[in-house]
Amino acid sequence: MSAVAVETRQARIVPALGRLATFVLVIAVLWGGWEGYKWLWETTGWTWPFVVDDTTMPHIHDILNAFREPVTAGGPALIHPLLDAAWFTAKEALAGFVLGAIFGFGLAVLLVHSRLLERGLLPYVVASQTVPILAIAPMVVIGLGSKGVEGWKAVSVLAAYLTFFPVAINSIRGLKSADPRAFELMDSYAASRWSILWRLRVPASMPYLFTALKISATAAVIGAIIGETPASIQDGLGGAIVNFNQYYSLQPTALWATNIVCAALGLVLFGLVALAERLLLHRAPEHVA
Amino acid sequence: MTEAGPSVVSIQGLTKSFRTGVTALADIDLEVAPREFVSLIGPSGCGKSTLLRIIGDLVGPSSGTVRVNGKTAHQARLDHDYGIVFQDPVLFDWRTVSKNVSLPLELLGWDRARRKERVAELLHLVELTGFESSRPWQLSGGMQQRVSIARALSFDPALLLMDEPFGALDEMTRERLNLELLGIWEKSASTIVFVTHSIPEAVFLSTRVVVMSARPGRISETIDVDLPYPRNAMTHEEPRFFELVTAVREALAAGHGRHGTRDAAGTTEER
Repeated sequence: MSAVAVETRQARIVPALGRLATFVLVIAVLWGGWEGYKWLWETTGWTWPFVVDDTTMPHIHDILNAFREPVTAGGPALIHPLLDAAWFTAKEALAGFVLGAIFGFGLAVLLVHSRLLERGLLPYVVASQTVPILAIAPMVVIGLGSKGVEGWKAVSVLAAYLTFFPVAINSIRGLKSADPRAFELMDSYAASRWSILWRLRVPASMPYLFTALKISATAAVIGAIIGETPASIQDGLGGAIVNFNQYYSLQPTALWATNIVCAALGLVLFGLVALAERLLLHRAPEHVA
Repeated sequence: MTEAGPSVVSIQGLTKSFRTGVTALADIDLEVAPREFVSLIGPSGCGKSTLLRIIGDLVGPSSGTVRVNGKTAHQARLDHDYGIVFQDPVLFDWRTVSKNVSLPLELLGWDRARRKERVAELLHLVELTGFESSRPWQLSGGMQQRVSIARALSFDPALLLMDEPFGALDEMTRERLNLELLGIWEKSASTIVFVTHSIPEAVFLSTRVVVMSARPGRISETIDVDLPYPRNAMTHEEPRFFELVTAVREALAAGHGRHGTRDAAGTTEER
């Protein structure tokens, strides 16, 4: 028994250490690559494809330092307003993500139950994604704003707009993915459509759903950030990007620091989905991505 | 083994044609009495699986009547009169072994305590006690098929439909499961219709072997198996067993000769 326990603990720790080592290595390589490129171009004076200096490529330690320094004299360290902005954007992204996931999954459930609806609606679902979000963002924010909807809620609708599509498309596949024999089995029990949905279609679709949710997690953050910009919402990361863009030549590190926070937010949301998948999904190894 | 009484399965003048124009089954008449163990055997494409699905109302016939337990096949399905076992175990891998076995009981609305008791009984029957919370993919093929049999038996259906249930297993596992299946059948009051293409398996298990021929699928011969029960590993070595195996093989060959198309090599081409 104890031998088994030790073995399973080892089986958990060894890959965890391996993953940590890989992570450190990747960071080191990226860091080295950035600084090496900067050093080589600066010492040789090469200007192709662009001029390398502290404005175009600040030192990474300068970018990290920027978190601790105030943007305006006497103000709080940059990290504080950035975290506030990240929280604001996270709220938009999360609300949009949940909204989009529910809508996308619901749409998929509807479409798999009616071939007519699937044929009729699916082309429009696909077409909806060819409309650039930059074009519809002001319409949505202004349109909903005129109804008294708060700005962040309107932006979350835009995040939902990017989320629902991969969820709907993957869920349609997932809801149809069960073995035809499994459907026959349920028929042999004279199971209702509702039972077949809950006991067969939905659980069979879970690996597909989680794959979609992982894509959507990052897409929702992008949607929230992009949604803020044309709507002139200042409180989120989109607002921070627009703001620091204007002062880039004076303070390039602030924009780079903001980029790091944006990426981190996407990763956190992705990580939450991956964690939920691991806790909730008990499928055969070949079904788990 | 055959007892008097109304047939569990009663088929008259059944034909089945697919939309492609292929006639899968023609002129099928078959009566299966209570407590019988009937095997359907025939070459691939003779429609034996289709016949099983028609009995289970999973596929509709083109013409003819099919009655199960004196009702239409449709009504029998709605009344949960049969359990089915496929060649693949078709277990839901998001459910534990226990939960897979209790799936039909959930659909029938049994309460949790009753389900738990019944599942324990069934897992004991198929010798899987201790695997309640295992996941299907953690079990061997033979064990998975035993879970699937337990699931089919769970609500004690009068009729068990089995579609080559041991076809994907190795010979040793198949022989062991054959013995277990006979044990289960002898203890229960159920009637079994069993599709196979193994001649010894059909003879070993059945009270009656229904030999089918292909294109279109017909019943070419019915052979009563008069080997006494309980049968065991020694049954395989009895002279009467060999005689019956030979009889079934000859019936299959005759069916082939009549309806199949032989090429120069003497092998019969499928489809």
